[in-house]
Amino acid sequence: MNKTLKRAAVACLVMFALLMINVNILQAVRAEELSGDSRNTRNYYARYAIERGRIVAGGKVIAQSVETESKKFRFAREYPDAKLYAHVTGFFSPESESAIERSENDLLDGSSADLLLRRSIDLFTGEPTKGANVEVTINPKAQKAAYDALRNSGKRGAVVALDPKTGAILAMVSLPTYDPTELSGTEKGKVFTRYDVLAKDKSQPLLNRTIGQTYPPGSTFKVVTMAAYLEDDSSRGPDTTIEAPQQLPLPNTNISLPNYGGAACGSGQVTLKFALERSCNTPFGKMGLELGYDKMKEQTEKFGMGEQIAVPMSVAQSDFGEKEDQAAVAMASIGQRSNRMTPLQMAMIAAGIGNNGTVMKPYLVNKITDAKGDSVDEAKPEELSQAVSPETAGKLSEMMVSVVNNGTANLAQVPGVQVAGKTGTAESGDRAAPHAWFISFAPAEDPKVALAVIVESGAANVGAEATGGHTAAPIAKAVLEAVLNK
Amino acid sequence: MSEVAEAPVPMPAKRRVAQLVMLALAVVIVMGAYANVGLAIDDQIPAGMLTYGLGLGGLMLIAYIVLAKFAPWADPLILPLVTVINGLGLVMIYRLESAKMPGASAANQIMWTAVGVVMFAATLLVIRDHRMLQRLTYTAGAIGLVLLAIPAVLPSSLSEVQGAKIWIRIGGFSIQPGEFAKLALVVFFAGYLVAKRDVLALAGRRLLLIDLPRARDLGPVLVTWALSLLVLVFEKDLGTSLLLFGTFIAMLYIATQRTSWVLIGVLLFAGGAFLAGMVFDHVGDRFQIWLNPSSDEFYNREIGGSFQIMQSLFGLGAGGILGTGLGQGNPDLIPLSFSDFIFAAVGEELGLTGLMALLMLYALLVERGLRTSLAAREPFSKLLAGGLSFILAWQVFIIVGGVTNLIPLTGLVTPFMSQGGSALLANWILIALLVRMSDSARKPPPQAIQNEGLTQVFQR
Repeated sequence: MNKTLKRAAVACLVMFALLMINVNILQAVRAEELSGDSRNTRNYYARYAIERGRIVAGGKVIAQSVETESKKFRFAREYPDAKLYAHVTGFFSPESESAIERSENDLLDGSSADLLLRRSIDLFTGEPTKGANVEVTINPKAQKAAYDALRNSGKRGAVVALDPKTGAILAMVSLPTYDPTELSGTEKGKVFTRYDVLAKDKSQPLLNRTIGQTYPPGSTFKVVTMAAYLEDDSSRGPDTTIEAPQQLPLPNTNISLPNYGGAACGSGQVTLKFALERSCNTPFGKMGLELGYDKMKEQTEKFGMGEQIAVPMSVAQSDFGEKEDQAAVAMASIGQRSNRMTPLQMAMIAAGIGNNGTVMKPYLVNKITDAKGDSVDEAKPEELSQAVSPETAGKLSEMMVSVVNNGTANLAQVPGVQVAGKTGTAESGDRAAPHAWFISFAPAEDPKVALAVIVESGAANVGAEATGGHTAAPIAKAVLEAVLNK
Repeated sequence: MSEVAEAPVPMPAKRRVAQLVMLALAVVIVMGAYANVGLAIDDQIPAGMLTYGLGLGGLMLIAYIVLAKFAPWADPLILPLVTVINGLGLVMIYRLESAKMPGASAANQIMWTAVGVVMFAATLLVIRDHRMLQRLTYTAGAIGLVLLAIPAVLPSSLSEVQGAKIWIRIGGFSIQPGEFAKLALVVFFAGYLVAKRDVLALAGRRLLLIDLPRARDLGPVLVTWALSLLVLVFEKDLGTSLLLFGTFIAMLYIATQRTSWVLIGVLLFAGGAFLAGMVFDHVGDRFQIWLNPSSDEFYNREIGGSFQIMQSLFGLGAGGILGTGLGQGNPDLIPLSFSDFIFAAVGEELGLTGLMALLMLYALLVERGLRTSLAAREPFSKLLAGGLSFILAWQVFIIVGGVTNLIPLTGLVTPFMSQGGSALLANWILIALLVRMSDSARKPPPQAIQNEGLTQVFQR
């Protein structure tokens, strides 16, 4: 029987070999596919198994993981001042995450390759792996001031403030907002129901309006038109005069462009400075017609439009509009027609002018430190583009200061500080009241902050002068004061 | 004079010290794993570690002493191998109990392990010569059949748990008679085949290079086949049915040296499986699920879908090459991970590395059994040892292959690891029988009277 016994032994060997090969296929070859399967609930528990890093703003913790009693979900996500920072931190739900929680996810949960060294050390010292901490550029005082001021207006809107010299985002507020705590629980049913309610809400509380929404910029865009006009001929300055009729007939159409409320603009022949102070439409329409689509488009691109920007959340594309006829250029030059800007893009325009014409790349993440406090990565300010020459920037700055001191934006004045700004009132197309805009930087001679404010349907429909100044400028003033410690 | 010229047969060593050292190592490994679970879950060495460790060590020491006294020539590797496998099963069950998995009970399992070791010792003590089993061939057969049939005859309230009608439940106490039937039937097969092998080996017609047996000799195969089908039909126990039939065919082949029996067996099995697939939905579904376990259609099915097998595969995938570490994975997400799916639970926490080691342990155990069979001196021992070793390997193949989706999933216990007293006891008895046969196979034969003139030397 030995012959057959040996064959039976070989059969047993083959069975074990098959089992071993199969296990190798499963655990080495197919391991990633299997463990990553969306039905594998381990991923769900794993989200709560490690201590996720903190998100910090100016020394203040705005998101952190705290240990719980539960064995299944060891750490829960907490957001002190949840609503205030909602659009910065984002949420951390059972199956997804948003904003910083999303874009910095692999650092926060410790899986990033940048943390390999830390993980290796932890492996040897036997310490549990913790995620890295993310420090954002937000200035808590400015954030709070912007949030409170915008909330007091009772409207939807957005405020975004930048450090013009670095591009660091100092405030990022979008209203209405939501409570990320509600979306960061471990109970899937509860979280998903709440998410659906928020997602379907017409007021779009989940939308970060500073970067996720584009609006017609209205008169705030006139600084770009002015920039292009000054760049076009360096002999032009604030005191150069330009025609400012009550109505500007648009070529090849039988309509004409009026000033706001059909008002006259000075004597019909005004200085550039006066045109900007009063925010007259006709001189800027004329500048647009004179420059043409290509030069206008080129100037917008120099301010960063058309570039894919991530802060690290990706920013919606701002756009001057498609090339159409001359009438369209005139309309777009005063910030209407198909001209669409994100509030961040408008803030970048103000910042670029304040920073001698150089636009810095906006960023939200200042520093990454591992759980032990050692720096992993630090933001380095980067130039995005040279929008205008320093001379042009100086002229624009002078005119924008005049807008605040003598023009439509006197409500943005801060005692003892030269504030540069430009108001805007943008018709949104539907019958709702127009949006109120304000862009600004201060102090004008050495700016520390640049910002854009939009209050949706915030301009009263009373036919007064450009009313962006009325609702948006005071909000800007609050933020300026917070940053400048006034 | 040719006998004199032959080189002296090397004496197999007893290797008792080596066995003791390996046994100690096995206990240390298990205690280490146990401490590891406690450290991972509560950051402290479990309070019961010393008690459990000393308990396990003490038990194995008893097993060792009985073995050393009553089967001194037995293979030194068998007991340490079983100790490690049994101990790892215990640790895994303890770990799942710590995760509050309903049904997992380490205290129960360690109690059954103790009873198992007692059964091991008792078997060694009672069966001093395994050849006595040959005289009990038909008794064993009858016992096996009765044990197998009891759950089918009993009302479902006393015999059915989770759809499988394989239990006897009296009060809070339940046993799976099929586990013991398995042993009795292997003894019966061995005795029967040794007696009939000459007849069964007779060739009938030759067809395509294969000698077909005579039609009238097909009887035993058909009876076993029918028996397996009955188990399948009345107890819904695909695993045991496949286990018994496969073992019978293997033993038939070993006894008769006829490949044709294997072919007939495979054909009968295929036919039976096909029939069963046609008649019973759940058998046919098993096959479909095996082919495509990840399809949502099967995954989302309430009963009899692929949810279980996919959880097992997810666990294995999560384990990867090195595993999550004991106490650091989520094996409690795998249904029945303390019994049928314990292999997947080990795979998640100890990874590919741990599973390869575990399979190697089983393979070594089977190999030691087959070696015993090769070394055995008379046909009954050869066939019994061969059959017992094969059934062990075959059972590991069916259940591990099932939970890793190598073959369609059928419920069987993973020998020595799955929670459950009956299987543990039966397998410890199986090991005792192997040890008994190994002892007699390795024992040096009584020295022949040497041709040294008139002097007669007696070997004691």
